[in-house]
Amino acid sequence: MASITLQNLAHSYAPNPQGEADFALKEVNLKWGDGEAYALLGPSGCGKTTLLNIMSGLLTPTRGRVLFDERDVTAAPTAERNIAQVFQFPVVYDTMSVRENLAFPLRNRGVDAGIIAARVDRIADMIGLTPLLGKKAQGLGADLKQKISLGRGMVRDDVNAILFDEPLTVIDPHLKWELRTQLKALHREFGHTMVYVTHDQTEALTFADKVVVMNEGRVLQIGTPQELFETPAHRFVGYFIGSPGMNFLPATIDGAFASIGGERVDLGKSYGSLEGAVEIGIRPEFVKLTSSNGLPLEINRIQDAGRQKFVNGNVFGAEVNIVMDASEAIDAGMTRLAIEPAKISVFQDGWRVEPKGAE
Amino acid sequence: MEKTTNQRAWFLVLPVLILVAFSSIIPMMTVVNYSFQDSFGGNEFFWVGLEWYRELLRSERLWDALGRQLMFSSIILLIEIPLGILVALAMPKKGWLASLCLVLIALPLLIPYNVVGMIWQVFARSDIGLLGRVVTDLGFSYNYTQDAVDAWVTVVAMDVWHWTSLVSLLCYAGVRSIPSAYYQAAEIDQASRWSVFRFIELPKMRGVLIIAVLLRFMDSFMIYTEPFVLTGGGPGNATTFLSIDLVKMALGQFDLGPAAAFSLMYFLVILLVSYVFYTVMIASDKAEAGQ
Repeated sequence: MASITLQNLAHSYAPNPQGEADFALKEVNLKWGDGEAYALLGPSGCGKTTLLNIMSGLLTPTRGRVLFDERDVTAAPTAERNIAQVFQFPVVYDTMSVRENLAFPLRNRGVDAGIIAARVDRIADMIGLTPLLGKKAQGLGADLKQKISLGRGMVRDDVNAILFDEPLTVIDPHLKWELRTQLKALHREFGHTMVYVTHDQTEALTFADKVVVMNEGRVLQIGTPQELFETPAHRFVGYFIGSPGMNFLPATIDGAFASIGGERVDLGKSYGSLEGAVEIGIRPEFVKLTSSNGLPLEINRIQDAGRQKFVNGNVFGAEVNIVMDASEAIDAGMTRLAIEPAKISVFQDGWRVEPKGAE
Repeated sequence: MEKTTNQRAWFLVLPVLILVAFSSIIPMMTVVNYSFQDSFGGNEFFWVGLEWYRELLRSERLWDALGRQLMFSSIILLIEIPLGILVALAMPKKGWLASLCLVLIALPLLIPYNVVGMIWQVFARSDIGLLGRVVTDLGFSYNYTQDAVDAWVTVVAMDVWHWTSLVSLLCYAGVRSIPSAYYQAAEIDQASRWSVFRFIELPKMRGVLIIAVLLRFMDSFMIYTEPFVLTGGGPGNATTFLSIDLVKMALGQFDLGPAAAFSLMYFLVILLVSYVFYTVMIASDKAEAGQ
């Protein structure tokens, strides 16, 4: 196993890229730690599959280097990298049995038949395919086929990392949870470096130790689920993580106070004075509907989801969502929005601004 | 709910029934009718029962033609199917080159059958034809009008030239429909080129290959125009296939009764072989899927 380092990596599908816009993957510097579970999260078309294919060697990057530990593998073919990859649509060899499918990567590497049999039995046992070993792979369901794909990767003992490219897309919802849990258990047991590409935040946040959020070919933030939730580095992260996403209110900042539509909000921390497009961001979980003090709120609709209530409204023309406990009552006089100062993030031109020193 | 019965619906099917009756059923029944009768000039017919069938089954002429026919179909299938697959795999997958290849490959399919025969008749002539001349000048004795083997080689070459394209196009469509993830997974599994073909491409081409084999079998089993133009069934009877023999019998000798019996048996053989082939393929397909 190995750590994977990406240095100044960029990729363009155009033969002769000119400007930034030609690059599907903008410059990336990243280090995937040995034995950790990562999720690569972003909307469709944000470059996450490109990044994954560069790591597995299916694509050669336009610029930059890929290192496995200290070894430069940028130009090395897939076969030399000892990478396993599970694709969006399950790939199985239709004419082979489950056993032959699992043995296939080892056979191709000329491994001794006795060792193959032992490894296949062990892996099949781990991922619960033992009763199916003699069956043809073709007639099996999508979830089992995806397990075979994973098994073909895990059966090799020289695997540096296992890459997952939206592996649960075609799996029935009630099986997704089970597969994800199994995957997590396998990671804990074997400690493979795992990189899991998805556009589903629940999948990303429950699977990974660290989540890498991408948008428009750029890596915006790397952090634990908690960090992404509490201190998003970019407004996109705030908006993309959480359901509903973070609320943004255009503001002007002066020291420890923000002015929103003429109303003063205490930030508790000083930010100096900020130029450009300045916004404050606050999660729907950290705002409250009140009748006394706060920003004037125009309520559009209230949805009761049983355990929680979702309130949607406008503050000085900006859309605001509020999540509150179902037990909290709402009455007609509650037309003000109170914000928890400690939970406010300040963004300048989309990027998070850290406060200047302590309170 | 009560089902309403409305017999008037049959009227809606009537046009199709009439069309099919005139286009196939009535002509076919005429042939059936002929096959049980003997005819003389002046439209006189006599009932002979199964006599023509008995006679034909005992005639060496029919069995020889059938043997040649089976050999011809086997040879061209053995050449065209593997060759077609090879061509399909070698063709570029995208870009203008792919479009160009498709057009070039489709060209032989657009040429009328008798023109194909004419082209090869001239092309393979050992006195003036480009191919025949070259082969002769290279020191081989080659003359398809005199030598049975040469005639066979020429007829087979002509059919391969004419129809391999069809197999290639079908296989190309099959190969193109394979998602790229399969190739990527194979690369990660370190599969050899042969393994990729054997375990990914061939299984995915299975469906189109069944169609290709069926089409090529039926067509080659009924082949008439091209060898008729090229060799006229000769030298001797060397390239007299079933349909050439049938036409000789029906139009050359005007033996309507035996020819009718002949064509019905011919039809049944094609139907039978195709049916058996199709059933076996479908059955093994199901067994493969583990159902």
